[in-house]
Amino acid sequence: MKRLWVAFFMFWPLLAVVVCWFAADMNWWLPRHDGTIGGAEGVTTAFSPIGQRIDDLFHLILIITSVVFVGTHIALGYVVWGGAKNVDEGRKSVFTHGSHNLEVMWTIIPAGVLLFIALYQMDTWAEYRVKSTYPEKALRTPIAEITARQFEWRIRYPAPGREFASDAEVDQWLMGPQPGDLYSVNELHVPTNRPVIVHLRSMDVQHSFFVPKLRVKQDAVPGSIIPIKFEVTKPGEYELLCAELCGWGHYKMGAKLIGRNTQGHAAAIEKMRHDQEYDGITQPADSVVDQTESTTRMARTN
Amino acid sequence: MSTINHPVSSHDLHHAHHDPGFVRKYIFSTDHKIIGIQFLITTLIMLMFGGALALAVRWQLAFPWSYVPILGNMIEQFALQGGQMSPEFYTMLFTMHASVMIFLVIIPVLAGAFGNFLIPLMIGADDMAFPVLNMLSYWFMWPAIFCFTMATGLGAGLNGVEGATAGAAAGWTSYPVLSAIQAAAPGSGAAQNWWLLGLTLVGVSSMMGSVNYMTTIINMRAPGMTLFRMPLTIWAMFITAILQAFALPVLTAAGFMQLSDRVFGTTFFIPGGLDINNTDPSVGGGQPLLWQHLFWFYSHPAVYIMLLPAMGMVSDMLAATCRKPIFGYKPMVYSLAAIAGLGFIVWGHHMFTSGMNPALGMTFMVSTMMIALPSAIKVFNWIGTIWGGRPVFNTIFLNCVAFISMFIVGGLSGIFMAAVPVDVYFHDTYFIVAHFHYVLFGATLFGVFAGIHFWFPKMFGRTMNDTVGKMHFVLTFIGFNCTFFPMHLLGISGLPRRYADPYIHPYLEHLLNMNQFMTISAMLMGVAQFLLLGNFFYSMFFGKKCGRNPWNANGLEWTAPSPPGHGNFDIPPICYRGPYEYSSPLVPDQDYLPQTHRLTSVPNPNPTTAT
Ligand code: HEM
Ligand SMILES: [Cu+2]
Ligand SMILES: [Cu+2]
Repeated sequence: MKRLWVAFFMFWPLLAVVVCWFAADMNWWLPRHDGTIGGAEGVTTAFSPIGQRIDDLFHLILIITSVVFVGTHIALGYVVWGGAKNVDEGRKSVFTHGSHNLEVMWTIIPAGVLLFIALYQMDTWAEYRVKSTYPEKALRTPIAEITARQFEWRIRYPAPGREFASDAEVDQWLMGPQPGDLYSVNELHVPTNRPVIVHLRSMDVQHSFFVPKLRVKQDAVPGSIIPIKFEVTKPGEYELLCAELCGWGHYKMGAKLIGRNTQGHAAAIEKMRHDQEYDGITQPADSVVDQTESTTRMARTN
Repeated sequence: MSTINHPVSSHDLHHAHHDPGFVRKYIFSTDHKIIGIQFLITTLIMLMFGGALALAVRWQLAFPWSYVPILGNMIEQFALQGGQMSPEFYTMLFTMHASVMIFLVIIPVLAGAFGNFLIPLMIGADDMAFPVLNMLSYWFMWPAIFCFTMATGLGAGLNGVEGATAGAAAGWTSYPVLSAIQAAAPGSGAAQNWWLLGLTLVGVSSMMGSVNYMTTIINMRAPGMTLFRMPLTIWAMFITAILQAFALPVLTAAGFMQLSDRVFGTTFFIPGGLDINNTDPSVGGGQPLLWQHLFWFYSHPAVYIMLLPAMGMVSDMLAATCRKPIFGYKPMVYSLAAIAGLGFIVWGHHMFTSGMNPALGMTFMVSTMMIALPSAIKVFNWIGTIWGGRPVFNTIFLNCVAFISMFIVGGLSGIFMAAVPVDVYFHDTYFIVAHFHYVLFGATLFGVFAGIHFWFPKMFGRTMNDTVGKMHFVLTFIGFNCTFFPMHLLGISGLPRRYADPYIHPYLEHLLNMNQFMTISAMLMGVAQFLLLGNFFYSMFFGKKCGRNPWNANGLEWTAPSPPGHGNFDIPPICYRGPYEYSSPLVPDQDYLPQTHRLTSVPNPNPTTAT
C-alpha cells in the first residue's frame, strides 16, 4: 500500500510530462497563424519577430523548469519510497537537523539560474516596450489610433500618404480627428514586414489589445494613449481580442487584424478611402474641401 | 457587611469564570479555541458556497448558454430565457467565486481558524493577548459575509437595476473604471458598494487578528520558548500577521477611495472625458493605474498571507509524520522572512501589460525572479525532511506530500510569468488561472486538509476517520489535477480568462472538449468535499476518542488535555528545546522528545537547537 502511494504521486507528474509532450500535436499549444497541427511550420509559431523571441524565451524557460520539475519530483518520489522502506524494515529515522553545505548549494544554484533568466530576457523586454528602441521612422508614421470601447475596436488611420514631421505633430494628430482620416471598426489594416506603431486608447473602461498569434498584448487605459510596436511577418488575418475584463460583453469583443504586403495594404487603404468618400451618386471626390467635409461628418457620427 | 458580601461576590465571579453559560461559551466566546473552531466551520461552509459558484462558472465554460441545472429554474430571469445564464451573471459568478474563496475561505481559515486555535496552544499561553478583540475579529466576518451575499445581486435593487444579473462584476481585482462608474456595467451599481463594504469588513477582521497575533507571539510565550524554539507554524503566523499589518491599510484606503469615487464623486481613479454607454462624459483627473498599484501593493503580499501559514503547518506536520526533525530549521525561518520582505516589492508583476513605465517593469521582474528563490529553498528542505524518515502513510502525510508536489508546479509556472516578455503573452489568460490555483488550492488547501486532520483531535478530543480521509484526498487530488492542469495548456493556447464564451473565436473552438473534461473533473472534486464535511461533523461527535497526544508529537499543544479546557494547560508548560526533536538519540526508547520534557541528566542536550 505504501509503495502504491509513491506510484500514485509519481503518476501525475509523469502524466503531465507526457501530456505536454504531445500537446503541440493535439493543438493545445501556442497558436499558429494557419492552425496547422504538428509542426508543419517547424517550431516557429509566432508571426512576428518579437513573438518569435517570446516563444524562444518560453521554450528556454520550459526546458529549465521541466528539468527542475522532473528533478524535484524524482527526489520527492525517492524520499517517500525510502521512507516506506524504512518503515518496513523497522529502521529509525535519521536524526539530522540539516546540512549547511546542502543549504548553500541549493541556494546558490537556483539563484544563479534565476538571475540568468532575469538578465537574459531584458533585451527582449526592451525591444518590446521601451520607446527609445522603437525605430524613428515607425514612430513618425503611426499607422493607426485604436480606441477601445464596450465592446468594439474603433480604428482611425491618418490620411493616406500623410507624414508627420515631428513627435509634436504625431501628438497633434492624436488630439482628435483630422481632415482626411480614415475609419474602420473591428478591422485593423496593417502592412507586413515592417515595424509599425499603433496608438491605443480607451473611450470608457479598461480593455486590452491582444493578438495571440503575434504575442502582442497591451492594456488600453482610460485617460492614457499608449504606443504599441509590432511587426507582422506573414500576410493574413489574425484574431484581435480583448484581454482585460471590460463588462458583460468582454468575451465577444473580437476583431480582425489584417496584414497585407505593401501594395496590398496601400490598395486596402485606398479602397477604404474610396468607400468612405464616395457617396454613391457623384464620382469620388478628390478635392480637399470635400474630403474635409466628409471626414468631419464621419468624426461626428463616431 | 463587607465580610458577608465578599465571599458571595467572589464566589459569583468564580462561578462566572467557570460556567459562562452557553452563549458566552460557544457563541460570543472570547476563548481562542472556540473562536478558531467558529472560524473553521464558517470557512468550511463558505468553501462549499464558493465551490458552488465555481461549478456554475465551469458549467458555462463547458456547456455555454445551455440550461443550467438548479439555477436555471431557481432564478426567475433565467427560467424565462430557457434556464440559461446571462453573460452579466457569468461575470458576477467568477467575481464572487474569487472574492468568497480569497476573503471568506483561504485568509480566514489560515489566520482565523488555525492561527487562533494554534498560536496560544503552541507557544504555551492560556489565551490570546486581547480576547475580546479576538471575538470581534470573528464577529466582523458575519457582516462581511452579509455584504458579499448582497453583492451577488441580492442587494442590487437599491439603484434600480435589480436581480440576478446585477451582482458585482468587476472581478476580484475590481479595476476602475469598470468598477467605479455605475453606467459601466449592471453590476457596478449598488452591488459594487456592497462588495467594497464587504472587503473593508474582512479587512477589519483580519487587522484585529493580526494585531492580536503579533502581540501574543511577542509577549506571551511560555518560559523557555525562545524565538528559535518556536514551531514554524508560529513563525509563519507571526510573519503573516506582520504582512497583514503593513499591507492591509493600503487596501482599506484604496477601497474607501473607490467607494468615495462612487458615492461622493471624487475622482481618484476616474480620468475626465470618458464616454461610458452614452452617458455624460466623466469629469475628473484621476488615474485608473493608481488603483492597480494600491490594490496589488496589498494583494501580492496577500497571496503570501494565503500561503505562509500553510507552509508553516506543513513543516510541522511533516516532521511529526516522518518522525524526523525538520530539515534546515533556520533556513526555513529565513526563507519565510525573505518571502515576506520581497513580497512587498514585487506587486508590479501584475501590471506588466498595464502601460506602467517599462523600466519599472524590469525591476519588478528581477524582484519577482528572486522571490522564487526562498520558495525553492523551502521545497528542498521539505524533501530533505522526508528523506530518511519513517513516514506514517496517513491522510495527513499524503496531503502534505500533495502540498509539496502542487507547490512545485505553481512555483514553476510563476517563473514563466516572472519573465516579462512571456508574461505579456500569458497575462490574463488561463495560464494565470492555472498558476494561482496550483498555489492556492493545490498547496494551501491541501495543507489545510492535512491541518484539519492533524489538529482535529486537539479540537474535539476525537480523531477523524483515516479511511474516509484518504478517500477524500484521492478524489480531491485527481479532481484537482484534471481540472487545473489543462488550464496551463489553455493558457498556452491563448485562451483569455473571464470569457463567458471563448468558442466564438475560431482559434479557440477546439478547446471546448477539454473544458468539458475539466468541468466534469471539477464536479467530482466538488462532490468529494462532502466526504470531508461528513467526516468532520461525524467525527466531532462519534469519532474515536483519543488522548492528549495521539500523534506522539513534540509541540506544547500536545501536553494540554484534548480538548483543552479554559486556560488551556493544566500544567503550565516550560519549554526546554525546539519542537522537532523526533527520533533523538537522547531518548532511545521513544521516537519523540516533547518540548516540555526535561532531561535531568543532560543539562543542555542539544546546543544546535537550544539557541
Ligand atoms: C514562485 C514564486 C512565484 C512567482 C515567481 C509568481 C509570479 C506571479 C506573476 C508574475 C503573476 C502575475 C501574472 C499575470 O497576471 O500576468 C502572478 C499571479 C498570481 N500569483 Fe504568483 N508567483 C509566485 C508564487 C505565488 C504564490 C505562492 C501564490 C499564492 C499563494 C501566488 C498567487 C498568485 C495569484 C493569486 C496571482 C493572480 C492574481 C490575479 O491576477 O487574479 N503566486 N504570480
Ligand atoms: Cu474586454
Ligand atoms: Cu503577485
